[in-house]
Amino acid sequence: MLTNQEVAEGLLEKFGDQVFNFEEPYGLLTLSTTREEIIPVMEFLKDHKNYQVIFLTDITGIQYPDNAGQEFVVVYHMHSFVHNFRIRIKVAIPEADIHIPTATGLFASANWMERETYDFFGILFDGHPNLKRILNIEEMDYFPMRKEYPMEDATREDKIDALFGR
Amino acid sequence: MADIELLPHNVPSHSELPELVEELTTLNLGPTHPATHGIFQNILKMDGEKIVSGEQTIGYIHRAFEKIAERRPFYQITTLTDRMNYCSSPINNLGWHMTVEKLLGVEVPKRAQYIRVLMMELARITDHIICNSILGVDTGAFTGFLYVMQKREEVYEIYEEVCGARLTTNMGRLGGMERDLSSTAIRKIKEFIKSFPPVLRELEKLLNRNRIFMDRTINVGPISAERALSYGFTGPNLRAAGVDYDVRVMNPYSSYEDFEFDVPIGQNGDTYDRYMVRNEEMWQSLRIVEQAINNLPEGPYYADAPEYYLPPKDEVYRNMEALIYHFKIVMGEIDAPAGEVYHAVEGGNGELGFYLISDGGRAPYRLHFRRPSFIYYQAYPEMCKGSSLSDAILTMSSLNVIAGELDA
Repeated sequence: MLTNQEVAEGLLEKFGDQVFNFEEPYGLLTLSTTREEIIPVMEFLKDHKNYQVIFLTDITGIQYPDNAGQEFVVVYHMHSFVHNFRIRIKVAIPEADIHIPTATGLFASANWMERETYDFFGILFDGHPNLKRILNIEEMDYFPMRKEYPMEDATREDKIDALFGR
Repeated sequence: MADIELLPHNVPSHSELPELVEELTTLNLGPTHPATHGIFQNILKMDGEKIVSGEQTIGYIHRAFEKIAERRPFYQITTLTDRMNYCSSPINNLGWHMTVEKLLGVEVPKRAQYIRVLMMELARITDHIICNSILGVDTGAFTGFLYVMQKREEVYEIYEEVCGARLTTNMGRLGGMERDLSSTAIRKIKEFIKSFPPVLRELEKLLNRNRIFMDRTINVGPISAERALSYGFTGPNLRAAGVDYDVRVMNPYSSYEDFEFDVPIGQNGDTYDRYMVRNEEMWQSLRIVEQAINNLPEGPYYADAPEYYLPPKDEVYRNMEALIYHFKIVMGEIDAPAGEVYHAVEGGNGELGFYLISDGGRAPYRLHFRRPSFIYYQAYPEMCKGSSLSDAILTMSSLNVIAGELDA
């Protein structure tokens, strides 16, 4: 049984200050890294014989418009079946330079997950074999999950946000 | 003698023939072809009857659930989840409730957990009977499909008894179930436990050792365990390839650790193995249903969390606190703590994950669904490459791609 502590120490030893912000929300080891190190970190976790985190569960994006210089976060969930160990890795990237290397070289499943993330947030995965929209129409010229596109018409006056939810 | 004009003798010699071009046919499979089991398109390049390559186009029923969820209070998101995998909507509903309960730190009583397990396993049975019997239809055996549909109908009647709806169930509430199991529901479940095995056995007799069915499915659309893992397969499709990963066993939720059941696995990852794994899973689900109904604990069916769980209606009329809570819950004014949760349940098709980020507001800051169909469907061109069109239909059918889950 692999503990969060063990993996965190292993990563710190290998990557030093390139991995940071260690947390354990609801028991799931969460850490951040830089976009230069994300692929090496995933490769390290995948190939290390003590960890064998061979399964990529999910890739998704989040936008924090108020975090200047770190507006977008790409989140990777990984899973080791051998040790029943899950890990979440985050990479913050700026809106001005919205690039991150692709994980398709490590996991075939990353292909559509990254396309979906691109489709909704406009995050560009460098080296992706076929980075185009997947769920939305190809003629769409904006990225709908970004916070600047509110769900409802902002000029409506018959619904008061202060009273009815967000 | 009249001149007889002979036919011109100008048949070109072999060297003069235009060169034969090996041209591939492009075939649009879908988006509305009945054999696609939903609205999605495959653009196949065919060399005669063989598939050379394929490309999928999806998104025809994309409804932007993740965006809609960012404006909705938590309890209103339940209705979005059951429109994903509509063949087993209770699993989606209850998985979502468990995610929010994890965020809020609500402990659900044992009785509610057992009722949830019961409903989720019944949902798994309906999911798998559809998949397996439709596989029969695609190989040419229509009888079994209509026959087991009757049993699905009985499960839907149980749903009706438990939550009032049939297909889009909106089952359960944050903190438990909306009502206790009625005596009718218990009677119907017990009847189902008795009446389902003979039907399933007959479906097995129809297909399992059927020469035609075996010839059509064995070694059709195989995928190795390694490729399946790389492609993010989960659920029955991964287990058919020989990897014994089941969320219910590995990360038990809702008291699954109390139940005894086996996880069937296959060997070759082909269509026949996927069929057999689903078939055996129905027996295991039935075992769990039986255990849950026989050992149903006494006690409340909802958690003691008045700020999240709607109070009984007569309390609302007589009690001030209950009235306030009722109003706040219905208007979506409960404030959730800030935090991020990933919760996974074993859905009909595999690991159904909910990644929820709350910033302390009344709606999620970000909600992402890990939909198993979406992730494993990308392997489809690789799996049907080189096979004939009719085999490719079977491969798709046995993958159990649900369009609602694919597009979310």
